Amino acid sequence: MKTFATYNIKGGVGKTATAVNLSYLAAHQGYRVLLWDLDPQGAASFLFRIRPRVKGGGKALIRGKRPMDDAIKATDFDNLDLLPADFTYRNLDLVLDAAKKPSRRLGSLLAPLSAEYDVIFLDCPPGISLLSESVLQATDLLLVPLIPTTLSVRTLDQLTEFLSSFDGSRPEILAFFSMIDRRKRLHREIAEQLPEERDDVAAVAIPALSLIERMAVERTPVTAFAPRSAAARRYAELWQEARERSKLPAPPAADTW
Amino acid sequence: MQSVLRHFVVNRDDEAEPGEFLSLPGSAFAISEAVRSVSLRRLWLDTFDWRLYRSGLTLEQISRRGTTDLVLTGRDGAILAADHGGSGPLKWPGQLEVLPLGPLRDHLGPVVGVRALLPVARAVSSLRENRVLNSDEKTIARITVDRMSVTYPAAGTVPPRVTVTALRGYQPQAQRLADQLAAAPGIADGSASGLEAALAVVGRRPGDYSSKINVQLTPRMPASAAMATVLTALLDTLEANVNGTVRDIDTEFLHDLRIAVRRTRSALKLAGDALPDGVAGRFRPEFKWLGDLTTPTRDLDVYLLGFSDMAASLVAATAEELEPFHDHLRWSRAAEQRLLVRGLRSARFARLSSQWRQALTAAATARTRPSVARLAASRIARAHRRVLRDGSAINATSPPESLHELRKRCKELRYLLELFGSLYDPGEQWRAVRELKTLQDCLGEFQDTQVQHEELRAFAEQMIAERTAPAATLLAMGEIAAGLILRQRQARSEFADRFRDFASPASQGRIRTLIGIGAA
Repeated sequence: MKTFATYNIKGGVGKTATAVNLSYLAAHQGYRVLLWDLDPQGAASFLFRIRPRVKGGGKALIRGKRPMDDAIKATDFDNLDLLPADFTYRNLDLVLDAAKKPSRRLGSLLAPLSAEYDVIFLDCPPGISLLSESVLQATDLLLVPLIPTTLSVRTLDQLTEFLSSFDGSRPEILAFFSMIDRRKRLHREIAEQLPEERDDVAAVAIPALSLIERMAVERTPVTAFAPRSAAARRYAELWQEARERSKLPAPPAADTW
Repeated sequence: MQSVLRHFVVNRDDEAEPGEFLSLPGSAFAISEAVRSVSLRRLWLDTFDWRLYRSGLTLEQISRRGTTDLVLTGRDGAILAADHGGSGPLKWPGQLEVLPLGPLRDHLGPVVGVRALLPVARAVSSLRENRVLNSDEKTIARITVDRMSVTYPAAGTVPPRVTVTALRGYQPQAQRLADQLAAAPGIADGSASGLEAALAVVGRRPGDYSSKINVQLTPRMPASAAMATVLTALLDTLEANVNGTVRDIDTEFLHDLRIAVRRTRSALKLAGDALPDGVAGRFRPEFKWLGDLTTPTRDLDVYLLGFSDMAASLVAATAEELEPFHDHLRWSRAAEQRLLVRGLRSARFARLSSQWRQALTAAATARTRPSVARLAASRIARAHRRVLRDGSAINATSPPESLHELRKRCKELRYLLELFGSLYDPGEQWRAVRELKTLQDCLGEFQDTQVQHEELRAFAEQMIAERTAPAATLLAMGEIAAGLILRQRQARSEFADRFRDFASPASQGRIRTLIGIGAA
């Protein structure tokens, strides 16, 4: 089992869109995928038409009082399950703080799911918190969407520095540009320059397209409702790169359909 | 992820869409148009004696869109192991070795054993899947409609089969949907198994062959009719195994055929007088001919089946040195198999089976005395007495022939207990034959090792005559010969204890109780 997380200190950079589309692509290839919508806003849950509610709230899950199994819901897509968001997730830091080894807690909750899933995606809320620290500890490959600004390099450096302070396991970083507007020269320049300079930045960039915004109307990943679109193709390239970097083995064979 | 919730059968003979025949007025759920459809060619595999089915397993080869998968499922339909056609389409019947190494073969190995897998049914399935949506337009379940046409073992059309699969996290809603469907007109609960459904429309059912004597006798039945019933069942078994023996699908066809012949011969010898006059005497030489016809191939099969164990037991020699012997066995078997096939295709065999069936049909209506219960009790008691008499006479200095004779007496007793087994309580029968089985195992080991030892000498002489035996091979065969003698001595040393157990008053009492003579 490999764990991926979409994460950025900033909000509104395309974390959920990435998590939703990459989870769908992985499931479509035959991997058994679980997406955990950790953001109390519940955007990923909304996109899959699943009500953002977990019985007992985040507290029961984190404390292990309610088995993860019970809270998991199937999406409309084969091989893709979702652990929904819950509004109580906004207090997860407090719950984690009260737990033993809070930064390892998420990892130990996910470990038993390895028999059932090949891939886990964690869609994280923005910010630096105990929750994000716990997510980073549990993750194999961290997908970091960057808005093409001069500050984006600084954000990435900060994150790398933060990770280097970790004891033991720390995730590999795969940053990529998101919401690129090809008409803007600055966007183009930054998006071309940075991948050449840094190994941890992917060459593929996700464009700012209205089709991606349409996901909220369709309530379906763009990779599912417009699989041949430019947006879907970029996500597929990003997933390919994430697969290779994480050394994810080939998926099991497809089922009947 | 999803789990199968319930199966239904649609008892409506039309081509309606599921949205029509599954329409649920007033329901909170909406059924979508078919979202996907697929056509599958399905082939179910099992051994001739249904070993997978009897173990609650189903092995299905599914071909679609140029791909072929082999899927093994358990009783609840859960997939236990699968092979996704990496090695290309497979030819059936075939031994397990045609499958690539992996979990599927590992799973099947202990169940299938030495038997081949062969097609038991073929069908073409047209599957259409509809989604069931709740008020959020979220899918909570899937409904699959399977329209299946059976093409083997005969042609037939299965009524549409509907499967409701709950999506994870939505079981309660899916259950409500299934309950609504169950109450809809023209829909009835159905079976989970595609194989059972496919065979049912062509008038068969899985598990309809067994090498066991599967008849039900009643104590007051006239002995002649009872004998005809048992012998007809044995003839059915014999005939069922001819094709597989001739095609050489696996070794167990011949094995089952031989057991049917041996049981028939024992029945004719020990209770043939219950049949109309002259019948037993007329057919006994013919069944002896048939038994003798099958012996050489079976003996070589036994050698070949045990060959890898034999090679592994070598201490001084290596398995490679034994290889020319292996080749010799294979060639000899191929030659014997040709003779066997010729015999089974001969006019003499065809005459034997047709005339024997006619004779049994006539015997079935003969009103003879005594009843089968009395016949069985007297013959079993006599056979039991003979085993006790001959066994008691054996001491440390008795020649091997006396043990061979005793083995025959034991077999006769065992066959009688099996032929008339349906008259008795199964539990009591099992207890009664427990010590007999142990004694038979000991005598079998004693005699088989001796026969194999003698055969080994004969093989060695043949190989020398044919100049196919290098010195190293003969030495390796010598080592095997020594191993056989050691096993034979071990069996001989265990005989006295085994016979004492069999002849104990408690064991004797169990046989008497079984046949209703009363404890000694």
